[in-house]
Amino acid sequence: MPSLKDLKNRIESVKSTRKITKAMQMVAAAKLRRAQDSAEAARPYAERFNEVLGQLAASVAGSDSAPRLLRGTGSDDVHLLVVMTAERGLCGGFNANIAKLAKQHATDLLAKGKTVKIITVGKKGRDSMRRDFGKLFIEHVDMSEVKRVGYADAQGIAKNVLSRFDEGEFDVATIFYSEFVNVVAQTPMAQQIIPAKFDTAEDEGDSAATVYEYEPSEEAILADLLPRGVATQIFAALLENGASEQGARMSAMDNATRNAGEMIDKLTIEFNRSRQAVITNELIEIISGAEAL
Amino acid sequence: MAETMQFNLVSPERSLMSGPVLSVEIPGAEGDLTALPNHAPTLTTLRPGILRVETEKGAEEYIVTGGFAELGEGVTVLAEKAMHRTDVDQATYEALVDEAHQAYGKAKEVFKNEPGPVDDAVKLLHDMVAIGGKIGLSTKQPSL
Repeated sequence: MPSLKDLKNRIESVKSTRKITKAMQMVAAAKLRRAQDSAEAARPYAERFNEVLGQLAASVAGSDSAPRLLRGTGSDDVHLLVVMTAERGLCGGFNANIAKLAKQHATDLLAKGKTVKIITVGKKGRDSMRRDFGKLFIEHVDMSEVKRVGYADAQGIAKNVLSRFDEGEFDVATIFYSEFVNVVAQTPMAQQIIPAKFDTAEDEGDSAATVYEYEPSEEAILADLLPRGVATQIFAALLENGASEQGARMSAMDNATRNAGEMIDKLTIEFNRSRQAVITNELIEIISGAEAL
Repeated sequence: MAETMQFNLVSPERSLMSGPVLSVEIPGAEGDLTALPNHAPTLTTLRPGILRVETEKGAEEYIVTGGFAELGEGVTVLAEKAMHRTDVDQATYEALVDEAHQAYGKAKEVFKNEPGPVDDAVKLLHDMVAIGGKIGLSTKQPSL
């Protein structure tokens, strides 16, 4: 049985753990609000952008003049996986879930005999993917200096991906991130960005209604917009990821705080019991000593 | 009261302006155009320039660096980078010109035998430089 002093020390240490997790939870809650706000602020742009792009894409789809970003290279032998995770841990299953989905994807592709290349964004994803797929890594984008995700960050990643596409390094690019559903639920997602995919079924209704004049030509606009579309999608994914990370951290830390509380209660009861046992023991000794006289 | 139309100016990071306006002057890639209510549906890309929005309360000016504008029932401008004119000071402006200058340098290196992308970069740079003169900042002349 642990001594009273041991118990006391353990209670103290769990208490300070609880303080830390509580503080982290509150920080995450504050950051979550900011992350959600910026995700919200970015939504109108992304929605409008995809709408217009979808319309344009639908009108040139199938023709040979369609840009390569839309049409694809005609094969799908080399896949690029862009795995976006957080720079920090202690956020529940957030990083692990994204990595798991990406690993699953990579294993499937490899089983089909395709070549897989991986770009990681965020340290945690790189760490957990390295064990199995370290040889497939071609680049790591460090986001640890980035305090608040800006469009410029997304543009940087997009430029990197696009220049690799132009060089013919891959045929299909997919991004992995976590979609923010709510504080307790984040769904890891895989989204193909090159060749671009659109929900054509949805746009068809609208695009029939308005016939646009294009300045310059339809193709020129499309060629201009598609690379931007990649950046926009990456930006949206980064923002979703940011909100998801904070949400996941908040609920993980909430759990940790609660568990620490339970632990403290249990330890306190144990402490009180042992103290009582010590007192009872002493009393018995005194009484039996008095009786012996 | 004059006829108004809905106008939205959004950048990837936030929405800058949304409301009824009288007219919008757009720096289109093929030339400036002014959109009045009931303009024919048009889609145009933007060049770096000044977007002038005429509202009933007065005019607002924004610096945009690229993106596109959609003219339909209202006007929606999706700008890659958009700043209110008053937010652009000499340093910001010079940073923008520098960025365009670097893009030009890179285009010159990458496309040695293709004039297309290099010309585009030069045009972008000149547009960028021209903004400075229009908003009353001392223009930064690029070395070409």
